[in-house]
Amino acid sequence: MTVVVAYSEDDQGRAALAHGVAEARLRDTDLVVVNATRGDSYVDRRFAAGSAADHLREELVRLGVDAVVRQPIDPDVAGAVLAVVAEVGADELVIGIRHRSPVGKMIAGSVAQRLLLDSPVPVLAVKPDGPAHSAV
Amino acid sequence: MDMLLDGFATALTPINLLYACIGVLLGTSVGVLPGIGPAMTVALLLPVTYNVSPEGALIMFAGIYYGGMYGGSTTSILLNTPGESSSVITAIEGNKMAKAGRAAQALATAAIGSFVAGTIGTVLLVALAPSVADWVVNLGAPSYFAIMLLALVAVTAVLGDSKLRGFISLALGLSIGLVGTSTGQPRLTFGNSLLADGIDIVVVAVAIFAIGEALWVAAHLRRRPLEITPVGRPWMGRADWSRSWRPWLRGTAYGFPFGALPAGGAEMPTFLSYITERRLSKHPEEFGHGAIEGVAGPEAANNASAAGTMVPLLALGLPTTATAAVILASMQSYGLQPGPGLFDNEPELVWGLLASLFVANTLLLVLNLPLAPVWAKLLRTPRPYLYAGILFFASLGAYSVNFQWFDLLVLLAFGLLGLAMRRFALPVLPLIIGVILGPQLEYQLGQALQLSEGDWTTLLSEPVAVVAYVVIALIVLVPLVARLRGGGTDPLEKELDDLEKEVRP
Repeated sequence: MTVVVAYSEDDQGRAALAHGVAEARLRDTDLVVVNATRGDSYVDRRFAAGSAADHLREELVRLGVDAVVRQPIDPDVAGAVLAVVAEVGADELVIGIRHRSPVGKMIAGSVAQRLLLDSPVPVLAVKPDGPAHSAV
Repeated sequence: MDMLLDGFATALTPINLLYACIGVLLGTSVGVLPGIGPAMTVALLLPVTYNVSPEGALIMFAGIYYGGMYGGSTTSILLNTPGESSSVITAIEGNKMAKAGRAAQALATAAIGSFVAGTIGTVLLVALAPSVADWVVNLGAPSYFAIMLLALVAVTAVLGDSKLRGFISLALGLSIGLVGTSTGQPRLTFGNSLLADGIDIVVVAVAIFAIGEALWVAAHLRRRPLEITPVGRPWMGRADWSRSWRPWLRGTAYGFPFGALPAGGAEMPTFLSYITERRLSKHPEEFGHGAIEGVAGPEAANNASAAGTMVPLLALGLPTTATAAVILASMQSYGLQPGPGLFDNEPELVWGLLASLFVANTLLLVLNLPLAPVWAKLLRTPRPYLYAGILFFASLGAYSVNFQWFDLLVLLAFGLLGLAMRRFALPVLPLIIGVILGPQLEYQLGQALQLSEGDWTTLLSEPVAVVAYVVIALIVLVPLVARLRGGGTDPLEKELDDLEKEVRP
């Protein structure tokens, strides 16, 4: 009995984390935070590297949930998240989603879409709050 | 002085100014990206020499060289990964400063220090290079032979941590230089008529720098992304200025002579500058926690050495860094022979190039202060896209040399050699300098022996040659003697060794 959060170092990721923490409390289960990267560039701003990862762990401790952070490096980011879902026997997956323009849909594959379609467990898809809250 | 003003007239024509801009932007961006350096970029751009005027191409290459020296500092400071070997030292203090929220000041002292050092270095270059050329023009073949030998031994033995690896690399380079029928009988051509003209230096340079590096990166494609410090526009306060200007000047004083010596290289002066600043600083406790002097000095030193490298390159035709070696190759593809004659035969080109160094330096300062956040964004480029592009241009470049498929095979073969060299930590510089200087070394030896009708003592007939041989003997013997005597190392040497261990894990 676990809730898995697909985390990225941006507003969508933070929204997913907040809802994931709430879900874990509601269900009284532990939390697995997955922050995957393709690992093919020197800097990936959606990946919590160095002090950002420490910060994330501190935040989870502060919120008082039983959580682990996993940071797999995999060319297939969605696949890496789904592998964790299968491995820990999760009963829910929480992801953050965003609007994409028609051009954006054409040029960028969507990790969120693959998770929605391929996840074997129910997916909770959340959006960041309005722009007022998104400035972090 | 009039010559220099004429040079500015050449450098400031719109088209040459455009080349300088392209060179500086390209140089900085490749300097920012770890693994891709100015040497590889100039090698990839060698085919443009078929269409662009010699002035334009050399001005662009000089911009790439200066820009690369600067760009490496951005990566060192923001990412703690040196973009270039010459900015290894910058990472020590620079990244600590960035972590402490002083990234803007670190970038500013690096940029302004590079400008100051580059400008002073270029003034020294303009003052020195013509007189060195005048002096060298009187030397005979035996002296040339000895000086080239000195450069080969010095580059191989002084730089890098393993002499054995250096000499293996040099031997590979000299062997590649032997291929062909330049002496009348075929050597190392394996009966293949396509090898009769020798292996084009463009193909070798592109293969070793671009293909070798691309294969190496492909073998280590996925790595954990690094933490980057966000940065705004670089700036410095009054206290930073007053702590920076002395290290800039001292760094320049280290960098230029080291660049100008045949044993050149930008690493040693950055090490020395760092140690000096640590000793002289009024804030020694800050060293190791982000001391601005530790960024200002080494960054000035590496840019000054880039200017210094131009002295032997232009006045003697001797390259002492990988980038200088590839620039020399580009001059050869124009049929220009760098060396003492260049100042007399091609004054417009040489003075245009020298003037453009001032222009490039100023452009770097003007462009880089506001563009720092853009350079940081470059680091997000996925490596597969980057290296696919590099492989494409590498193949295109190699093919366009002679328009024959055979060159692509040679490219692949030397690319695999480049990969193997990286795997076994062989330095690339001795190889590339061996390929370029090998044939010239042989030519000078042939000249000397022809004039003396085969009498070997002619090699010692000129005082300059004798001095060069003595220096070679010292370079080779002194470390051996020191090791045999053991113990008595002086504190500076020990500090250098410690620092080297610290940055080369």
